[in-house]
Amino acid sequence: MTDALEIRNLHKSFGALAVARDIALALPKGARHALIGPNGAGKTTLVNLITGVLRPSAGQILLDGEDITVLPQAARTRRGVARTFQINQLFRGLTVLENVYLAVAERMRTSHRLWRPAGAEREVIDQALAQLEALRLADDALRLVRELPYGRQRLVEIAIALAQKPRVLLLDEPAAGVPSSESHLILDAVGALDPEIAILIIEHDMDVVFRFASRITVLVAGAVLTEGGPQEIRADERVRAVYLGQEFAHG
Amino acid sequence: MAAIDTPATAPADPHARARAYLARRHRFGVWETLPWLLALAAFFLFPDRMTFGSQVLLMVLFALSLDLILGFAGIVSLGHAAFFGLGAYAAALLTQRWGWEEPISGLVAAAAVAAVAGAASGWLLLRYRGLTLLVLTLATTIMLQELGNLLRDLTGGYDGLPGLTFTPLLGLFDYDLYGHVNYLYALAVLFVLFMAVRMIVYSPFGQTLAGIRENVARMHAVGSPVHLRLVTVYTIAAAIAGVAGALFTQTNAYVTLGVFDFDNSAGVMVMLILGGAGRLYGAFVGAVIYMVLQDVLSKASPQYWQFAVGLLLVLTVLFARRGLLGLIEDTARLFVRERKP
Repeated sequence: MTDALEIRNLHKSFGALAVARDIALALPKGARHALIGPNGAGKTTLVNLITGVLRPSAGQILLDGEDITVLPQAARTRRGVARTFQINQLFRGLTVLENVYLAVAERMRTSHRLWRPAGAEREVIDQALAQLEALRLADDALRLVRELPYGRQRLVEIAIALAQKPRVLLLDEPAAGVPSSESHLILDAVGALDPEIAILIIEHDMDVVFRFASRITVLVAGAVLTEGGPQEIRADERVRAVYLGQEFAHG
Repeated sequence: MAAIDTPATAPADPHARARAYLARRHRFGVWETLPWLLALAAFFLFPDRMTFGSQVLLMVLFALSLDLILGFAGIVSLGHAAFFGLGAYAAALLTQRWGWEEPISGLVAAAAVAAVAGAASGWLLLRYRGLTLLVLTLATTIMLQELGNLLRDLTGGYDGLPGLTFTPLLGLFDYDLYGHVNYLYALAVLFVLFMAVRMIVYSPFGQTLAGIRENVARMHAVGSPVHLRLVTVYTIAAAIAGVAGALFTQTNAYVTLGVFDFDNSAGVMVMLILGGAGRLYGAFVGAVIYMVLQDVLSKASPQYWQFAVGLLLVLTVLFARRGLLGLIEDTARLFVRERKP
Protein backbone atom coordinates (compact mmCIF):
# COMPACT_ATOMS: atom_id res chain seq x y z
CA MET A 1 0.00 0.00 0.00
CA THR A 2 1.27 3.48 -0.78
CA ASP A 3 2.06 5.63 2.22
CA ALA A 4 -0.16 8.55 3.10
CA LEU A 5 2.91 10.73 3.23
CA GLU A 6 6.36 9.93 1.97
CA ILE A 7 9.43 12.12 2.08
CA ARG A 8 12.45 11.22 -0.02
CA ASN A 9 15.92 12.71 0.41
CA LEU A 10 14.54 16.11 1.34
CA HIS A 11 17.07 18.88 1.42
CA LYS A 12 16.74 22.57 2.24
CA SER A 13 19.45 25.13 2.63
CA PHE A 14 19.52 28.88 3.08
CA GLY A 15 22.82 29.76 1.46
CA ALA A 16 25.49 27.75 3.23
CA LEU A 17 23.17 26.84 6.08
CA ALA A 18 21.56 23.42 5.59
CA VAL A 19 18.41 23.23 7.70
CA ALA A 20 17.17 19.93 6.27
CA ARG A 21 19.66 17.31 5.13
CA ASP A 22 18.65 14.21 3.26
CA ILE A 23 15.54 13.58 5.31
CA ALA A 24 13.50 10.45 4.60
CA LEU A 25 10.25 9.67 6.32
CA ALA A 26 7.20 7.53 5.58
CA LEU A 27 3.79 7.75 7.23
CA PRO A 28 1.36 4.96 6.34
CA LYS A 29 -2.36 5.59 6.62
CA GLY A 30 -3.31 6.00 10.28
CA ALA A 31 0.30 6.43 11.40
CA ARG A 32 1.12 7.86 14.81
CA HIS A 33 4.58 9.19 14.22
CA ALA A 34 6.53 11.48 16.53
CA LEU A 35 9.29 13.83 15.51
CA ILE A 36 11.67 14.72 18.31
CA GLY A 37 14.97 16.51 18.57
CA PRO A 38 16.66 19.37 20.35
CA ASN A 39 15.77 23.00 19.69
CA GLY A 40 16.89 24.14 16.27
CA ALA A 41 16.99 20.61 14.89
CA GLY A 42 14.71 21.67 12.03
CA LYS A 43 11.43 20.10 13.14
CA THR A 44 9.21 23.06 12.31
CA THR A 45 11.21 23.60 9.12
CA LEU A 46 10.23 20.08 8.06
CA VAL A 47 6.57 20.90 8.71
CA ASN A 48 6.96 24.04 6.61
CA LEU A 49 8.51 22.00 3.81
CA ILE A 50 5.72 19.43 3.89
CA THR A 51 2.94 22.06 3.87
CA GLY A 52 4.55 24.18 1.18
CA VAL A 53 5.45 27.27 3.19
CA LEU A 54 9.03 26.56 2.13
CA ARG A 55 10.18 25.08 -1.17
CA PRO A 56 12.77 22.29 -0.74
CA SER A 57 16.17 22.65 -2.43
CA ALA A 58 16.12 18.98 -3.42
CA GLY A 59 14.17 15.81 -2.77
CA GLN A 60 10.55 14.74 -3.08
CA ILE A 61 7.34 14.87 -1.07
CA LEU A 62 4.61 12.41 -2.01
CA LEU A 63 1.03 12.34 -0.82
CA ASP A 64 -0.65 9.00 -1.48
CA GLY A 65 2.03 8.35 -4.04
CA GLU A 66 1.41 11.64 -5.83
CA ASP A 67 4.29 14.09 -6.09
CA ILE A 68 3.35 17.36 -4.37
CA THR A 69 6.89 18.76 -4.05
CA VAL A 70 6.25 21.84 -6.17
CA LEU A 71 2.55 22.41 -5.44
CA PRO A 72 1.61 25.67 -3.70
CA GLN A 73 0.35 25.61 -0.13
CA ALA A 74 -3.36 25.92 -0.96
CA ALA A 75 -3.22 22.99 -3.40
CA ARG A 76 -1.60 20.74 -0.79
CA THR A 77 -4.23 21.73 1.74
CA ARG A 78 -6.96 20.79 -0.73
CA ARG A 79 -5.31 17.37 -1.16
CA GLY A 80 -5.59 16.76 2.57
CA VAL A 81 -2.52 18.10 4.38
CA ALA A 82 -3.31 20.13 7.52
CA ARG A 83 -1.17 21.46 10.30
CA THR A 84 -1.29 23.22 13.63
CA PHE A 85 1.22 25.82 14.67
CA GLN A 86 3.69 25.81 17.50
CA ILE A 87 2.71 29.39 18.26
CA ASN A 88 -1.02 30.01 17.86
CA GLN A 89 -2.04 31.25 14.43
CA LEU A 90 -5.66 32.08 15.06
CA PHE A 91 -8.17 34.67 13.89
CA ARG A 92 -8.04 36.41 17.23
CA GLY A 93 -10.65 39.08 16.59
CA LEU A 94 -13.26 36.57 15.38
CA THR A 95 -15.46 34.16 17.30
CA VAL A 96 -14.48 30.53 17.81
CA LEU A 97 -17.27 29.52 15.44
CA GLU A 98 -16.00 31.85 12.70
CA ASN A 99 -12.47 30.48 13.12
CA VAL A 100 -13.65 26.98 12.30
CA TYR A 101 -16.22 28.22 9.76
CA LEU A 102 -13.37 29.62 7.64
CA ALA A 103 -11.65 26.24 7.44
CA VAL A 104 -14.88 24.38 6.62
CA ALA A 105 -15.87 26.95 4.00
CA GLU A 106 -12.51 26.55 2.25
CA ARG A 107 -12.84 22.78 2.24
CA MET A 108 -16.42 22.89 0.93
CA ARG A 109 -15.45 25.55 -1.64
CA THR A 110 -18.10 28.06 -0.61
CA SER A 111 -15.73 30.82 0.40
CA HIS A 112 -15.95 32.63 -2.95
CA ARG A 113 -19.68 33.28 -2.62
CA LEU A 114 -20.53 36.96 -2.64
CA TRP A 115 -24.27 37.26 -2.89
CA ARG A 116 -25.60 35.39 0.08
CA PRO A 117 -24.99 35.77 3.80
CA ALA A 118 -22.42 33.53 5.47
CA GLY A 119 -25.17 32.59 7.91
CA ALA A 120 -27.20 31.00 5.11
CA GLU A 121 -24.59 28.26 4.57
CA ARG A 122 -26.23 25.77 6.88
CA GLU A 123 -24.04 22.84 5.92
CA VAL A 124 -20.87 24.80 6.68
CA ILE A 125 -22.20 25.97 10.04
CA ASP A 126 -23.40 22.47 10.98
CA GLN A 127 -20.01 20.97 10.24
CA ALA A 128 -18.18 23.74 12.08
CA LEU A 129 -20.39 23.24 15.13
CA ALA A 130 -19.96 19.47 15.01
CA GLN A 131 -16.20 20.00 15.04
CA LEU A 132 -16.47 22.29 18.06
CA GLU A 133 -18.71 19.76 19.76
CA ALA A 134 -16.14 17.02 19.20
CA LEU A 135 -13.51 19.08 21.02
CA ARG A 136 -15.97 20.31 23.68
CA LEU A 137 -15.65 23.86 22.43
CA ALA A 138 -19.30 24.39 21.53
CA ASP A 139 -20.05 26.37 24.69
CA ASP A 140 -17.45 28.92 23.63
CA ALA A 141 -18.65 29.07 20.00
CA LEU A 142 -19.64 32.71 20.21
CA ARG A 143 -16.72 33.98 22.26
CA LEU A 144 -13.88 35.87 20.64
CA VAL A 145 -10.77 33.72 20.40
CA ARG A 146 -8.59 36.36 22.06
CA GLU A 147 -10.81 36.23 25.16
CA LEU A 148 -10.26 32.51 25.68
CA PRO A 149 -7.69 31.09 28.12
CA TYR A 150 -4.57 29.84 26.37
CA GLY A 151 -5.39 26.16 26.77
CA ARG A 152 -8.74 26.66 25.02
CA GLN A 153 -7.00 28.60 22.25
CA ARG A 154 -4.75 25.60 21.68
CA LEU A 155 -7.88 23.50 21.19
CA VAL A 156 -9.18 25.99 18.61
CA GLU A 157 -5.84 25.64 16.86
CA ILE A 158 -6.52 21.90 16.56
CA ALA A 159 -10.21 22.41 15.70
CA ILE A 160 -9.30 24.49 12.64
CA ALA A 161 -6.90 21.84 11.38
CA LEU A 162 -9.43 19.05 11.94
CA ALA A 163 -12.16 21.04 10.20
CA GLN A 164 -10.05 20.68 7.08
CA LYS A 165 -10.74 16.93 7.28
CA PRO A 166 -7.08 16.09 6.64
CA ARG A 167 -5.60 12.75 5.60
CA VAL A 168 -2.24 13.86 6.93
CA LEU A 169 -2.12 16.00 10.06
CA LEU A 170 1.03 17.71 11.30
CA LEU A 171 0.84 18.73 14.96
CA ASP A 172 3.57 21.15 15.96
CA GLU A 173 3.84 20.91 19.76
CA PRO A 174 0.08 20.96 20.37
CA ALA A 175 0.41 21.37 24.13
CA ALA A 176 3.20 23.96 24.06
CA GLY A 177 2.73 26.73 26.57
CA VAL A 178 -0.26 25.10 28.22
CA PRO A 179 -0.03 24.60 32.00
CA SER A 180 0.33 20.92 32.87
CA SER A 181 -2.99 21.01 34.73
CA GLU A 182 -4.72 21.58 31.37
CA SER A 183 -2.41 19.90 28.90
CA HIS A 184 -4.09 16.51 29.41
CA LEU A 185 -7.24 17.98 27.79
CA ILE A 186 -5.30 18.67 24.63
CA LEU A 187 -3.46 15.37 24.69
CA ASP A 188 -6.76 13.54 25.24
CA ALA A 189 -8.15 15.30 22.18
CA VAL A 190 -5.06 14.31 20.19
CA GLY A 191 -5.35 10.74 21.44
CA ALA A 192 -8.98 10.55 20.34
CA LEU A 193 -8.33 11.63 16.75
CA ASP A 194 -9.68 9.62 13.84
CA PRO A 195 -7.47 6.48 13.49
CA GLU A 196 -7.61 6.90 9.69
CA ILE A 197 -5.59 10.11 9.77
CA ALA A 198 -1.83 9.85 9.48
CA ILE A 199 -0.38 12.05 12.19
CA LEU A 200 3.09 13.49 12.60
CA ILE A 201 3.48 15.08 16.02
CA ILE A 202 6.32 17.25 17.23
CA GLU A 203 6.55 17.04 20.99
CA HIS A 204 9.12 17.64 23.71
CA ASP A 205 7.41 15.74 26.53
CA MET A 206 8.88 12.24 26.26
CA ASP A 207 6.04 10.69 28.28
CA VAL A 208 3.57 11.95 25.70
CA VAL A 209 5.74 10.79 22.82
CA PHE A 210 6.17 7.27 24.16
CA ARG A 211 2.49 6.96 24.97
CA PHE A 212 1.16 8.37 21.72
CA ALA A 213 3.56 7.34 18.98
CA SER A 214 4.28 3.95 17.50
CA ARG A 215 7.18 5.31 15.43
CA ILE A 216 9.65 7.99 16.42
CA THR A 217 12.11 9.92 14.30
CA VAL A 218 14.93 11.79 15.98
CA LEU A 219 16.10 14.87 14.14
CA VAL A 220 19.43 16.50 14.96
CA ALA A 221 20.92 19.47 13.10
CA GLY A 222 18.59 19.02 10.13
CA ALA A 223 19.28 15.32 9.62
CA VAL A 224 17.63 12.12 10.79
CA LEU A 225 19.70 10.66 13.62
CA THR A 226 17.65 7.53 13.95
CA GLU A 227 14.16 6.15 13.57
CA GLY A 228 12.47 3.36 15.48
CA GLY A 229 9.77 2.19 17.86
CA PRO A 230 9.46 3.64 21.36
CA GLN A 231 11.52 0.81 22.91
CA GLU A 232 14.42 1.24 20.51
CA ILE A 233 14.47 5.02 20.90
CA ARG A 234 14.27 4.78 24.67
CA ALA A 235 17.26 2.44 24.72
CA ASP A 236 19.32 4.39 22.21
CA GLU A 237 22.43 5.83 23.81
CA ARG A 238 22.88 8.49 21.15
CA VAL A 239 19.35 9.81 21.65
CA ARG A 240 19.93 9.93 25.37
CA ALA A 241 23.13 11.86 24.77
CA VAL A 242 21.38 14.41 22.61
CA TYR A 243 18.63 14.92 25.14
CA LEU A 244 21.00 15.20 28.05
CA GLY A 245 22.59 18.04 26.15
CA GLN A 246 25.97 16.35 25.85
CA GLU A 247 28.31 16.99 23.03
CA PHE A 248 27.44 14.62 20.27
CA ALA A 249 29.66 14.00 17.30
CA HIS A 250 27.61 13.06 14.29
CA GLY A 251 29.16 10.10 12.50
CA MET B 1 -30.14 16.87 8.96
CA ALA B 2 -33.16 15.79 10.98
CA ALA B 3 -30.92 14.20 13.57
CA ILE B 4 -29.33 17.57 14.17
CA ASP B 5 -32.58 19.45 14.16
CA THR B 6 -34.73 17.33 16.49
CA PRO B 7 -32.98 17.58 19.88
CA ALA B 8 -33.11 21.35 19.68
CA THR B 9 -33.92 21.78 23.37
CA ALA B 10 -31.30 21.42 26.07
CA PRO B 11 -28.13 19.84 24.63
CA ALA B 12 -28.36 21.57 21.26
CA ASP B 13 -28.86 24.96 22.81
CA PRO B 14 -25.36 26.27 22.09
CA HIS B 15 -25.88 24.99 18.54
CA ALA B 16 -29.09 26.91 18.13
CA ARG B 17 -27.58 30.03 19.64
CA ALA B 18 -24.47 29.86 17.49
CA ARG B 19 -26.44 29.26 14.32
CA ALA B 20 -28.80 32.09 15.18
CA TYR B 21 -25.84 34.43 15.63
CA LEU B 22 -24.49 33.79 12.12
CA ALA B 23 -27.95 33.65 10.59
CA ARG B 24 -29.03 36.96 12.10
CA ARG B 25 -26.02 39.21 12.12
CA HIS B 26 -26.66 40.36 8.56
CA ARG B 27 -30.25 41.35 9.30
CA PHE B 28 -31.06 45.03 9.35
CA GLY B 29 -31.18 46.78 12.69
CA VAL B 30 -33.71 49.56 13.24
CA TRP B 31 -30.87 52.00 13.90
CA GLU B 32 -29.60 51.41 10.37
CA THR B 33 -32.43 53.52 8.98
CA LEU B 34 -31.07 56.50 10.92
CA PRO B 35 -28.33 57.67 8.51
CA TRP B 36 -30.70 57.40 5.56
CA LEU B 37 -33.49 59.26 7.37
CA LEU B 38 -30.98 61.96 8.33
CA ALA B 39 -29.80 62.20 4.73
CA LEU B 40 -33.40 62.67 3.60
CA ALA B 41 -34.08 65.14 6.41
CA ALA B 42 -31.04 67.18 5.32
CA PHE B 43 -32.67 67.50 1.91
CA PHE B 44 -35.62 69.33 3.45
CA LEU B 45 -33.74 71.19 6.20
CA PHE B 46 -30.91 72.65 4.09
CA PRO B 47 -32.39 73.12 0.62
CA ASP B 48 -29.77 75.72 -0.30
CA ARG B 49 -26.80 73.53 0.68
CA MET B 50 -27.55 70.61 -1.61
CA THR B 51 -24.49 71.10 -3.83
CA PHE B 52 -22.34 70.68 -0.73
CA GLY B 53 -24.59 67.84 0.39
CA SER B 54 -23.98 65.85 -2.78
CA GLN B 55 -20.22 66.28 -2.30
CA VAL B 56 -20.58 64.85 1.21
CA LEU B 57 -22.52 61.87 -0.11
CA LEU B 58 -20.00 61.03 -2.80
CA MET B 59 -17.22 61.23 -0.22
CA VAL B 60 -19.20 58.78 1.93
CA LEU B 61 -19.23 56.46 -1.07
CA PHE B 62 -15.49 56.96 -1.60
CA ALA B 63 -14.79 56.27 2.09
CA LEU B 64 -17.02 53.19 1.94
CA SER B 65 -14.95 51.79 -0.93
CA LEU B 66 -11.79 52.29 1.13
CA ASP B 67 -13.45 50.64 4.12
CA LEU B 68 -14.03 47.53 2.04
CA ILE B 69 -10.28 47.04 1.50
CA LEU B 70 -8.83 48.74 4.61
CA GLY B 71 -11.38 47.96 7.28
CA PHE B 72 -12.51 44.55 6.13
CA ALA B 73 -9.57 43.05 4.25
CA GLY B 74 -6.77 44.93 6.03
CA ILE B 75 -5.19 46.30 2.83
CA VAL B 76 -3.43 49.58 3.63
CA SER B 77 -3.45 51.90 0.63
CA LEU B 78 -2.42 55.54 0.31
CA GLY B 79 -3.32 55.66 -3.35
CA HIS B 80 -7.05 55.09 -3.38
CA ALA B 81 -7.53 58.44 -5.16
CA ALA B 82 -6.18 56.72 -8.29
CA PHE B 83 -9.51 54.97 -8.81
CA PHE B 84 -11.54 58.01 -7.82
CA GLY B 85 -9.56 60.00 -10.38
CA LEU B 86 -9.84 57.40 -13.14
CA GLY B 87 -13.61 57.25 -12.62
CA ALA B 88 -13.82 61.03 -12.63
CA TYR B 89 -11.90 61.29 -15.92
CA ALA B 90 -13.76 58.40 -17.52
CA ALA B 91 -17.05 60.19 -16.90
CA ALA B 92 -15.62 63.49 -18.11
CA LEU B 93 -13.98 62.22 -21.30
CA LEU B 94 -17.06 60.22 -22.21
CA THR B 95 -19.13 63.38 -22.51
CA GLN B 96 -16.40 65.81 -23.58
CA ARG B 97 -14.59 63.66 -26.18
CA TRP B 98 -17.22 61.26 -27.38
CA GLY B 99 -20.37 63.25 -26.65
CA TRP B 100 -21.89 60.51 -24.53
CA GLU B 101 -23.89 62.62 -22.08
CA GLU B 102 -26.14 60.09 -20.40
CA PRO B 103 -25.05 60.12 -16.71
CA ILE B 104 -25.97 56.64 -15.41
CA SER B 105 -24.18 54.79 -18.20
CA GLY B 106 -21.33 57.22 -17.47
CA LEU B 107 -21.18 55.81 -13.94
CA VAL B 108 -21.08 52.26 -15.28
CA ALA B 109 -18.28 53.13 -17.69
CA ALA B 110 -16.33 54.82 -14.89
CA ALA B 111 -16.78 51.75 -12.69
CA ALA B 112 -15.50 49.52 -15.49
CA VAL B 113 -12.40 51.65 -16.16
CA ALA B 114 -11.55 51.81 -12.44
CA ALA B 115 -12.18 48.08 -12.02
CA VAL B 116 -9.76 47.19 -14.83
CA ALA B 117 -7.12 49.44 -13.26
CA GLY B 118 -7.86 47.93 -9.85
CA ALA B 119 -7.53 44.36 -11.11
CA ALA B 120 -4.28 45.07 -12.96
CA SER B 121 -2.57 47.08 -10.22
CA GLY B 122 -3.96 44.79 -7.52
CA TRP B 123 -2.58 41.71 -9.23
CA LEU B 124 0.88 43.28 -9.17
CA LEU B 125 0.85 45.17 -5.87
CA LEU B 126 -1.11 42.93 -3.50
CA ARG B 127 1.83 40.56 -3.26
CA TYR B 128 3.17 43.16 -0.86
CA ARG B 129 1.81 44.31 2.46
CA GLY B 130 2.23 47.06 5.03
CA LEU B 131 4.67 49.87 4.40
CA THR B 132 5.80 48.50 1.00
CA LEU B 133 2.22 48.44 -0.25
CA LEU B 134 1.60 51.89 1.19
CA VAL B 135 4.46 53.39 -0.81
CA LEU B 136 3.66 51.45 -3.99
CA THR B 137 0.01 52.56 -4.03
CA LEU B 138 1.10 56.12 -3.36
CA ALA B 139 3.66 55.99 -6.18
CA THR B 140 1.12 54.52 -8.61
CA THR B 141 -1.25 57.40 -8.00
CA ILE B 142 1.47 60.02 -8.42
CA MET B 143 2.49 58.39 -11.71
CA LEU B 144 -1.11 58.47 -12.93
CA GLN B 145 -1.33 62.16 -12.08
CA GLU B 146 1.90 62.85 -13.98
CA LEU B 147 0.63 60.85 -16.92
CA GLY B 148 -2.49 63.02 -16.90
CA ASN B 149 -0.23 66.07 -16.89
CA LEU B 150 1.72 64.76 -19.91
CA LEU B 151 -1.51 64.10 -21.80
CA ARG B 152 -2.61 67.70 -21.27
CA ASP B 153 -4.48 67.81 -24.56
CA LEU B 154 -6.71 65.03 -23.39
CA THR B 155 -7.08 65.80 -19.67
CA GLY B 156 -6.82 69.59 -19.62
CA GLY B 157 -3.95 69.28 -17.14
CA TYR B 158 -4.30 71.14 -13.87
CA ASP B 159 -6.74 73.54 -15.50
CA GLY B 160 -9.01 70.57 -15.97
CA LEU B 161 -12.02 70.11 -18.19
CA PRO B 162 -14.67 72.69 -17.30
CA GLY B 163 -18.24 73.06 -18.48
CA LEU B 164 -19.14 69.43 -19.00
CA THR B 165 -22.72 68.74 -19.98
CA PHE B 166 -24.94 65.79 -19.15
CA THR B 167 -28.42 64.84 -20.27
CA PRO B 168 -31.21 65.01 -17.67
CA LEU B 169 -31.30 62.13 -15.22
CA LEU B 170 -33.38 59.22 -16.60
CA GLY B 171 -34.32 61.69 -19.33
CA LEU B 172 -36.68 63.38 -16.85
CA PHE B 173 -34.90 65.43 -14.20
CA ASP B 174 -32.79 68.33 -15.35
CA TYR B 175 -30.07 69.65 -13.07
CA ASP B 176 -31.14 72.68 -11.08
CA LEU B 177 -29.01 75.53 -9.78
CA TYR B 178 -29.45 74.39 -6.18
CA GLY B 179 -28.24 70.84 -6.78
CA HIS B 180 -31.48 69.21 -5.57
CA VAL B 181 -31.46 66.61 -8.33
CA ASN B 182 -27.76 65.99 -7.83
CA TYR B 183 -28.27 65.36 -4.13
CA LEU B 184 -31.01 62.78 -4.64
CA TYR B 185 -29.03 61.23 -7.50
CA ALA B 186 -25.96 60.83 -5.28
CA LEU B 187 -28.08 59.52 -2.43
CA ALA B 188 -29.71 56.88 -4.63
CA VAL B 189 -26.35 55.72 -6.04
CA LEU B 190 -24.87 55.61 -2.53
CA PHE B 191 -27.81 53.60 -1.26
CA VAL B 192 -27.59 50.97 -3.99
CA LEU B 193 -23.83 50.52 -3.66
CA PHE B 194 -23.97 50.61 0.11
CA MET B 195 -26.40 47.69 0.10
CA ALA B 196 -24.11 45.81 -2.28
CA VAL B 197 -21.10 46.37 -0.03
CA ARG B 198 -23.16 45.36 2.98
CA MET B 199 -24.08 42.11 1.29
CA ILE B 200 -20.45 41.39 0.37
CA VAL B 201 -19.25 42.06 3.90
CA TYR B 202 -21.63 39.51 5.41
CA SER B 203 -21.09 36.87 2.70
CA PRO B 204 -18.76 33.86 2.92
CA PHE B 205 -16.38 35.91 0.77
CA GLY B 206 -16.55 38.73 3.33
CA GLN B 207 -15.84 36.22 6.10
CA THR B 208 -12.74 35.16 4.18
CA LEU B 209 -11.60 38.79 4.05
CA ALA B 210 -11.92 39.01 7.83
CA GLY B 211 -9.80 35.87 8.05
CA ILE B 212 -7.12 37.39 5.82
CA ARG B 213 -7.16 40.58 7.89
CA GLU B 214 -6.85 38.64 11.16
CA ASN B 215 -4.19 36.11 10.11
CA VAL B 216 -2.86 35.66 6.59
CA ALA B 217 -0.59 32.76 7.53
CA ARG B 218 -3.52 30.73 8.81
CA MET B 219 -5.64 31.54 5.76
CA HIS B 220 -2.86 30.12 3.58
CA ALA B 221 -2.76 27.07 5.86
CA VAL B 222 -6.49 26.37 5.50
CA GLY B 223 -6.09 26.51 1.74
CA SER B 224 -7.50 29.91 0.90
CA PRO B 225 -6.46 31.48 -2.42
CA VAL B 226 -5.45 34.63 -0.56
CA HIS B 227 -4.07 36.62 -3.49
CA LEU B 228 -7.14 35.99 -5.64
CA ARG B 229 -9.45 37.07 -2.79
CA LEU B 230 -7.46 40.25 -2.24
CA VAL B 231 -7.39 41.13 -5.94
CA THR B 232 -11.15 40.52 -6.15
CA VAL B 233 -12.03 42.83 -3.28
CA TYR B 234 -9.51 45.42 -4.50
CA THR B 235 -11.21 45.39 -7.91
CA ILE B 236 -14.66 45.83 -6.38
CA ALA B 237 -13.43 48.68 -4.18
CA ALA B 238 -11.76 50.32 -7.18
CA ALA B 239 -15.00 50.16 -9.16
CA ILE B 240 -16.93 51.83 -6.32
CA ALA B 241 -14.27 54.51 -5.92
CA GLY B 242 -14.57 55.04 -9.68
CA VAL B 243 -18.31 55.62 -9.33
CA ALA B 244 -17.65 58.14 -6.54
CA GLY B 245 -15.21 59.93 -8.88
CA ALA B 246 -17.74 59.93 -11.72
CA LEU B 247 -20.35 61.41 -9.37
CA PHE B 248 -17.80 64.11 -8.54
CA THR B 249 -17.41 64.97 -12.22
CA GLN B 250 -21.13 64.87 -12.96
CA THR B 251 -22.28 66.88 -9.93
CA ASN B 252 -19.61 69.55 -10.43
CA ALA B 253 -19.70 69.51 -14.25
CA TYR B 254 -15.91 69.79 -14.27
CA VAL B 255 -12.83 67.80 -13.35
CA THR B 256 -9.14 68.63 -12.81
CA LEU B 257 -6.05 66.54 -12.12
CA GLY B 258 -6.56 67.53 -8.48
CA VAL B 259 -8.69 64.39 -8.12
CA PHE B 260 -5.42 62.42 -8.08
CA ASP B 261 -3.93 64.57 -5.29
CA PHE B 262 -2.34 62.93 -2.30
CA ASP B 263 -4.75 65.05 -0.22
CA ASN B 264 -7.61 63.06 -1.70
CA SER B 265 -6.09 59.66 -0.79
CA ALA B 266 -5.08 60.83 2.68
CA GLY B 267 -8.34 62.68 3.31
CA VAL B 268 -10.48 59.62 2.66
CA MET B 269 -8.32 57.57 5.03
CA VAL B 270 -8.64 60.26 7.72
CA MET B 271 -12.42 60.13 7.27
CA LEU B 272 -12.42 56.41 7.81
CA ILE B 273 -10.22 56.60 10.89
CA LEU B 274 -12.44 59.34 12.36
CA GLY B 275 -15.64 57.39 11.77
CA GLY B 276 -14.25 53.93 12.48
CA ALA B 277 -12.89 51.46 9.92
CA GLY B 278 -14.40 48.04 9.32
CA ARG B 279 -17.95 48.92 10.35
CA LEU B 280 -19.72 50.15 7.17
CA TYR B 281 -21.34 53.18 8.81
CA GLY B 282 -17.96 54.54 9.87
CA ALA B 283 -17.67 55.87 6.32
CA PHE B 284 -20.87 57.84 6.88
CA VAL B 285 -19.87 59.35 10.20
CA GLY B 286 -16.29 60.09 9.22
CA ALA B 287 -17.04 61.66 5.84
CA VAL B 288 -19.77 63.87 7.28
CA ILE B 289 -17.57 65.08 10.17
CA TYR B 290 -14.62 65.74 7.90
CA MET B 291 -16.59 67.53 5.20
CA VAL B 292 -18.62 69.67 7.61
CA LEU B 293 -15.50 70.61 9.59
CA GLN B 294 -13.74 71.51 6.36
CA ASP B 295 -16.72 73.57 5.24
CA VAL B 296 -17.16 75.47 8.51
CA LEU B 297 -13.51 75.90 9.44
CA SER B 298 -12.19 76.80 6.02
CA LYS B 299 -14.58 79.75 6.03
CA ALA B 300 -13.42 80.81 9.49
CA SER B 301 -9.73 80.28 8.75
CA PRO B 302 -8.82 79.42 5.16
CA GLN B 303 -5.18 78.77 6.10
CA TYR B 304 -5.38 76.82 9.33
CA TRP B 305 -8.54 74.70 9.10
CA GLN B 306 -6.48 71.55 8.69
CA PHE B 307 -5.03 72.11 12.14
CA ALA B 308 -8.42 71.36 13.70
CA VAL B 309 -8.86 68.23 11.59
CA GLY B 310 -5.36 67.14 12.56
CA LEU B 311 -6.10 67.70 16.24
CA LEU B 312 -9.30 65.69 15.98
CA LEU B 313 -7.39 62.90 14.24
CA VAL B 314 -4.76 62.80 16.99
CA LEU B 315 -7.47 62.69 19.67
CA THR B 316 -9.26 59.89 17.82
CA VAL B 317 -6.13 57.80 17.47
CA LEU B 318 -5.23 58.38 21.13
CA PHE B 319 -8.60 57.90 22.79
CA ALA B 320 -10.94 56.24 20.30
CA ARG B 321 -8.83 53.91 18.21
CA ARG B 322 -11.88 52.28 16.68
CA GLY B 323 -13.24 55.65 15.60
CA LEU B 324 -16.30 57.55 16.72
CA LEU B 325 -18.61 54.61 16.04
CA GLY B 326 -16.34 52.33 18.06
CA LEU B 327 -16.46 54.85 20.90
CA ILE B 328 -20.26 54.90 20.80
CA GLU B 329 -20.35 51.08 20.74
CA ASP B 330 -18.04 50.83 23.74
CA THR B 331 -20.05 53.38 25.69
CA ALA B 332 -23.31 51.61 24.91
CA ARG B 333 -21.77 48.33 26.06
CA LEU B 334 -20.79 49.92 29.38
CA PHE B 335 -24.39 50.95 29.91
CA VAL B 336 -25.78 47.52 29.11
CA ARG B 337 -23.31 45.91 31.47
CA GLU B 338 -24.18 48.28 34.31
CA ARG B 339 -27.90 47.77 33.98
CA LYS B 340 -27.77 43.99 33.84
CA PRO B 341 -27.17 43.04 37.51
